[in-house]
Amino acid sequence: MEMKELIVEKLKKNFGEFVQEVTDFRNDLSITIASNKIVDVAKILKEDPELEFVMCKDVTAIDWATRKNRFTVVYHIYSFKNNITLRIKANIAEESPAIESVTSVWPSANWYERETYDMYGIVFKNHPDLRRMYMPEGFQYHPLRKEFPVLGIPGSLPLPGKI
Amino acid sequence: MEQRPTVYSDEKLFKKLLEDKNITIEDALENEMVINMGPQHPATHGVLRLVLRLDGETVLSALPELGYLHRGYEKMAEEMSYIEFIPHTDRLDYTGTMCNNVAYVLAVEKLLGIEAPKRAQYIRMMIAELSRLAAHMVAIGTYAMDVGAVTMVMWTFREREKIQDIFDRLAGARFTTSYTRIGGVASDADSVTLKMVRDFLDQFHSALDEMDKLLLSNKIFIDRLEGIGVLSKEDAIALGITGPNLRASGVEYDVRRAKPYLFYNEMDFKIPTYTDGDCLARYWLRGDEVRESVKILYQILDKMPQGEILANEPKHTLAHKAEIYTKMEELIHDFMIINYGINPPVGDVFFSAENPKGELGFYIVSNGSGHPWKMKIRSPSFCNLQAIAQLCKGAMISDVIAIIGSLDPVMGEADK
Repeated sequence: MEMKELIVEKLKKNFGEFVQEVTDFRNDLSITIASNKIVDVAKILKEDPELEFVMCKDVTAIDWATRKNRFTVVYHIYSFKNNITLRIKANIAEESPAIESVTSVWPSANWYERETYDMYGIVFKNHPDLRRMYMPEGFQYHPLRKEFPVLGIPGSLPLPGKI
Repeated sequence: MEQRPTVYSDEKLFKKLLEDKNITIEDALENEMVINMGPQHPATHGVLRLVLRLDGETVLSALPELGYLHRGYEKMAEEMSYIEFIPHTDRLDYTGTMCNNVAYVLAVEKLLGIEAPKRAQYIRMMIAELSRLAAHMVAIGTYAMDVGAVTMVMWTFREREKIQDIFDRLAGARFTTSYTRIGGVASDADSVTLKMVRDFLDQFHSALDEMDKLLLSNKIFIDRLEGIGVLSKEDAIALGITGPNLRASGVEYDVRRAKPYLFYNEMDFKIPTYTDGDCLARYWLRGDEVRESVKILYQILDKMPQGEILANEPKHTLAHKAEIYTKMEELIHDFMIINYGINPPVGDVFFSAENPKGELGFYIVSNGSGHPWKMKIRSPSFCNLQAIAQLCKGAMISDVIAIIGSLDPVMGEADK
């Protein structure tokens, strides 16, 4: 498809070797970029008059458990103008995982990033309100990490005692 | 030692409260007040908690707190096979269960690269639209009840009950339907069921007109909604709102039209939009959508093709029970699928469908084994709730109820 080639071309022109991988599986275009360039990439994708990816549909992460770059942060963005959903990926390392927040570009990423922080412990730098989304404030773990057991950790959640 | 209530763990504060006998009503009125609305509040549609900072009756700021219904479905999905997760999709948006079933199996089918037969797709389309009707009936009814028109909820639930009866006949359950299968649907829709759908639609028109008559000549209802909670087009897009709430703000975006799945490209329907973006527009829009769904349903009934309801993909779809008990080949495949899963190729897909609340998306990452490596549920209610803080700012406290009702969140989906 022409539009997809245009997107990849524009990103490669602007960021060169920072565009690490381009895949097109089941007609889903997915572009992996260097994690330190995420905000710049987001700005280009949103503001370029030919692309206009104005809506961020989703932010999440994948825990690969054994890879060198353990986490991948995944963004799904949508362009009303071209009717295309694009997936942006950024790999980050296991040691103190952090990535720049894209809330300055897409305000809707606010809650999605909070959820990702809650579930994976990935810190989104310059996020306006980085608190846990679902788990209680004092909770120590990040449940969607692969080492967290499905049954939970006994004693990690304070249960109401006898009154 | 006097008996003290246990809620005051801070002794200094407790003493101060006891000593401070000079607080007057004027003091209380001059200061801002923080109140806690929910999670156990009937008008918050489940367990949504809002912390409101009030100046008199005006809301200065609102802070939504989620997570009271968090069950960790994304974690559970990583530990079960693709087929095992179908019943759990019922528990996401529990007002429109069939829509969730359909969206999930379509996502898995996209990952597998298979397609269900045409009749199965038509049945899926039919149940998805029926489910949309049911969900909108709940939305409109509870919304009207929240702002004081209690009769409405009886009328809409009466109509919804008829839809549940159709589901009962089709899937064997009224709410927890789990009706779709990977590669098809669980059972065929026989002529009696199709007749039930047609009979329901025939009487539904007059019921809708009655409901409109009841509400739209009600001055209190209109006054409480008009101009309240206005969400502009730009804000709606920036906040990631989808579904009826987005269309009420003037964006003509519907996944059924933008990226047609099933056979929506063969259907003739309009996408209603309003430009006001207030609570009344969101109410109107749901009413219009119900009418469009009825139109789609008539077309589905007229065009319903004959044929198989399960794809012929022995490695990926479970065969019919009768065949498993009588044929060797099917028995082997059934054993392999149940024990080792359907093993889709390595890769990741994002599939989204238009649900009653908005765009429900499934992002599935497969590493080639029987259960997903990761499954992310992009739930529309969660994304739509993000607008609450902005909409409530500057509104009266009674408007907060109207705003929550108009956004129509379902906490089962928002909390996952």
